[in-house]
Amino acid sequence: MTSPAHDSHDHGHGTGEHTHHPNYWQIWAILCVLLCISVAGPFLGIKIVTLITAFGIALVKAYLVAKNFMHINLAAKYVTYFIVTALVFMFLFFAGTAPDVMKPQGRNWTKPAWLDGSIHATMMGGEHGEEHGESAEPAAEHEEH
Amino acid sequence: MSATAAGRPIATTRSAAGMPTGRLAVWWVIASEIVIFGGLLGSYIMFRLSHDAFAQQAAHTNTLVGTINTFVLLTSSLAAVLGHKYAEEGNGPKAARQLYLTALGGLIFAGIKFLYEWPTEIHHGFTISSSPFWAFYYTACGIHAAHVIAGVTIMLFIAPAARKGQELQRVELIGIYWHFVDVVWIFLFPLLYIAK
Repeated sequence: MTSPAHDSHDHGHGTGEHTHHPNYWQIWAILCVLLCISVAGPFLGIKIVTLITAFGIALVKAYLVAKNFMHINLAAKYVTYFIVTALVFMFLFFAGTAPDVMKPQGRNWTKPAWLDGSIHATMMGGEHGEEHGESAEPAAEHEEH
Repeated sequence: MSATAAGRPIATTRSAAGMPTGRLAVWWVIASEIVIFGGLLGSYIMFRLSHDAFAQQAAHTNTLVGTINTFVLLTSSLAAVLGHKYAEEGNGPKAARQLYLTALGGLIFAGIKFLYEWPTEIHHGFTISSSPFWAFYYTACGIHAAHVIAGVTIMLFIAPAARKGQELQRVELIGIYWHFVDVVWIFLFPLLYIAK
């Protein structure tokens, strides 16, 4: 016999299904260890190691959360499909706009020099930084605090 | 609002799509959020890869604070999924307690960000208009923090009912949303705090 609360939840699920619950504490511990590794990675000072420990581990952590906490693998198949579709659109956006932002020239176009210089100056935080040779860092002496 | 004969909202009872409409709606929200955050993060990655100045600016973010906040969010996600487990077992009081713990995690996260991290950055002169990096930093973290606050608000709204054993399906729904907020931070963290 189900309790009223339990009954209420079964109604909530509609189909009355129950999720298989893995050991959540174990998964949380794994996520914490991965967090430590991603923070420690850059201390080695090797760029490829930093990339792997930062972004490779981020992918693993996201997978663990999506699978074990969000239970996406237990949701209807089409949920996975439209989540993947959203991700594909994200990559399409990236692929479609990246050349304009990241490349100085391409087929039938060249980024104007004034735009390139302007972007660089803006990156440094100044309105006319490059033109006037100003360092626009607000607090150059201020390292990580 | 449409309701069944029993007076319960259709979103909690109908399963025409193979799952309750409420849960389907949460997944739709997440799919649309992926495009929002994806566009933002994609733009950041483009600039980060093509302009070294981004790395120079990123060197000033506080990795320790970012790590603590990541730990807080991961732990709050644990509480959220434990709440789901208790809700499925029909244990409303325990599910509600986990919701309150999750909300506490969200409040700690927002507190660290708004009361310590941002004021410190602004004090050092790094404002949203300092450079494109800081514009991205405040925009991405700000939108994410808005989601954290929205999640906390919803949890505090549904926890009292869950405590009485009512509408326990909502515990799972807010949990799915909360884990997504956690996943977004999992990607923001290395982008803004690690890759320097």
